[in-house]
Amino acid sequence: MSSTTQAVGARGREWNATNITGTALLVLAGAWVLWNFIDAPAQTLQVSILGLCNGALYALIALGYTLVYGIIELINFAHGDLFMLGSIFAAVMIADVFGQETSNPAGWVAFAVTFPLAMLFCGTINVTVDQLAYRRLRTAPKLAPLITAVGVSFIFQNIGILWNGSAPKSRNSVLPPGGPHFGSIFIPWTYLMTFALTIPLLMLLRYIVQHTRSGKAMRATAQDPDASRLMGINTNRTIAFTFALGGAMAGAAAIMYVQTNGTTRYDAGFQLGLIAFTAAVLGGVGNLTGAVLGGLLIGLIQGLNDGAPHGFGQEWSQSVVFTILIMLMVFRPAGILGSQTTEKV
Amino acid sequence: MTAVTANGTKAAPGGWRRNYTSYAQPLVFAIVGLLIPTLVTNISTLEDRWMPLTTMVLCAIFVLFTLGLNIVVGYAGLLDLGYVAFFLFGAYTAAWLMSDFFFQIDPGIHLFDGTVTDKTPGINISFWLVLPIAALVAALAGIIIGAPTLRLKSDYLALVTLGFGEILPQVFRNGESVKGFNLSNGTKGISPINSLDMGWLSWTGVVASKVNVFDYTTRYYIIYALCVMFVLVSLRLRDGKLGRAWLAIREDELAASLMGVPLMRTKLWAYGVGAAAGGIGGAFYAVSLGGVNVDTFNFQFSVNVLCMVILGGMANVYGCILGAVILTWVNYTGMTEVGNAINNTFGTSIEMPHYQFMLFGSVLVLMMLFRRDGILPAARSKHSRELDEAIEARATGDETAEATA
Repeated sequence: MSSTTQAVGARGREWNATNITGTALLVLAGAWVLWNFIDAPAQTLQVSILGLCNGALYALIALGYTLVYGIIELINFAHGDLFMLGSIFAAVMIADVFGQETSNPAGWVAFAVTFPLAMLFCGTINVTVDQLAYRRLRTAPKLAPLITAVGVSFIFQNIGILWNGSAPKSRNSVLPPGGPHFGSIFIPWTYLMTFALTIPLLMLLRYIVQHTRSGKAMRATAQDPDASRLMGINTNRTIAFTFALGGAMAGAAAIMYVQTNGTTRYDAGFQLGLIAFTAAVLGGVGNLTGAVLGGLLIGLIQGLNDGAPHGFGQEWSQSVVFTILIMLMVFRPAGILGSQTTEKV
Repeated sequence: MTAVTANGTKAAPGGWRRNYTSYAQPLVFAIVGLLIPTLVTNISTLEDRWMPLTTMVLCAIFVLFTLGLNIVVGYAGLLDLGYVAFFLFGAYTAAWLMSDFFFQIDPGIHLFDGTVTDKTPGINISFWLVLPIAALVAALAGIIIGAPTLRLKSDYLALVTLGFGEILPQVFRNGESVKGFNLSNGTKGISPINSLDMGWLSWTGVVASKVNVFDYTTRYYIIYALCVMFVLVSLRLRDGKLGRAWLAIREDELAASLMGVPLMRTKLWAYGVGAAAGGIGGAFYAVSLGGVNVDTFNFQFSVNVLCMVILGGMANVYGCILGAVILTWVNYTGMTEVGNAINNTFGTSIEMPHYQFMLFGSVLVLMMLFRRDGILPAARSKHSRELDEAIEARATGDETAEATA
């Protein structure tokens, strides 16, 4: 958030070696996408849709990273694992508590009830961890909360192992199977559902941050915690509120993940978390719109890489995402929507 | 500025004119390290169960890793979450240079290697030559990774290194057919690797010319010697110009650069030296196990080593040794044995190894919250932190009190 508020007017772009290489790489990537599309348009479109659906989930998780980073400059390493806990919670609620395994009206009700519960669950955990651990380290050197977050992520993973077992478990979706066909392109209902739920959530989040009192307090705290405190803002409560918002987004992503991917695994959070963080960086960390855009973009790239005719294939999926992360850090650390700063992040 | 004065005043009484008490710590560690294997043979049953030689060799390997990471994280203050990359490079270097994996090379290349017959294909180089090569390869990898990324701020650096730590194992996992060439044998890994060649010491009559599979005593003494070497390197580096530059960067990068410390070069040195230790440890690990498997190289490893540095005491060599020994023991023997003991005594059936992540996570969180300097804090970092905090408290007054309340 701090980067949006501090955005300086558009400055002329300097053309140095770094910029030229970066642009060249971007052009190459664009050419690759075009090549895929010309070669097999239907297949490319199909995998793009699958990729965009995953991208919507990444966007929700990325928002948690970006909100927290925007306000206390902490890369919340445990956020991906919070998402993982949320996915197990959602699966257990629907399958064991409500006893729903198939798509029927009762299953839909169970889904509708679990959805806010998963958001509440993740939000509560996130706030609790913040108050127990990160809060005491607000004035400590930056390494301390970061290492704490790594530790919390391990504790979450262990809870995941105890709760879900060390092997992945398959979960049945309670949303309707199948979906409409557009020519040779098939869109599952679950994917449409993901979009239908993600978009209002994002709009709600935007409204909260931009137009409510708490949102104003958040933006103020992100800009200058000391000055905000002097202005009578309860910064601690504001930070807790930010953690709650981020956690709730992760909870929403978690239940949709279970419904679309059909598995819960204790190590899901590690990979997805890193991918989502890459998405947040891609959009310019601290920038809400950027996080959503980055999430969709990363999802798209991953989908193309995994399924397009000239992709590297699924076994390279992670390498591709991390290569993007590293390239970004080197060539454009501020992200696509972030402002250029003199300080190299 | 505070950091520089803190370092300056503390550095003066150190150097060569130390008083004798400062030798107590190293002596204790050296003697205990040397004597432990002989103890085992005397009280064998109890020791074999609670501290077998296999675990001790692993402990020593992890001491080497921890010392290496300590240079990067402890001395230079650069959080590296991808230390596994250097471990990987060391291990694969040994696997490539000490086996018949490249069977295309026939007749094979042989250099001082007395453990295999001259007719063996592939590259067969003596372990003692492979060690410096592995160190060099890892150091180069460190510099290549570091060069474009070291200008990033701490938390971003952590993520980029983590990215490298994830990409490299995936490259080796998928490297079964790089344009038809088998680079890493994929998930099957490379094995067997030639054994340790001790031919040059066989005249003493103490060791066999070839360390066999079960000879953990010889292995222990070799890795012990490597650890001692690296302890000395760490200590001398810390007191030297480079070490003081590292500490200055860790405390305040801006102030250090204003004082004329070349930031990039100094940070790259930290990466290079830290990576070299990882390479040596990796090579020894691969040879000691007689093979490499790509599944060994995961994020868990990087975090384990980081935990060891933090638990023992960042920037304190002896703290790092202690942290490495404790956590490696817990990992490979302690968890299982303590669990068995509890289960036998109370008739429960707790699967202790299932709580390993919990333990490591809690160690990180609790140490950060309550004892940020580790079990054996480094005198210098503790001193400068206290000074920093005192100044901070004076400058901001009630504000910090409010934040910590």
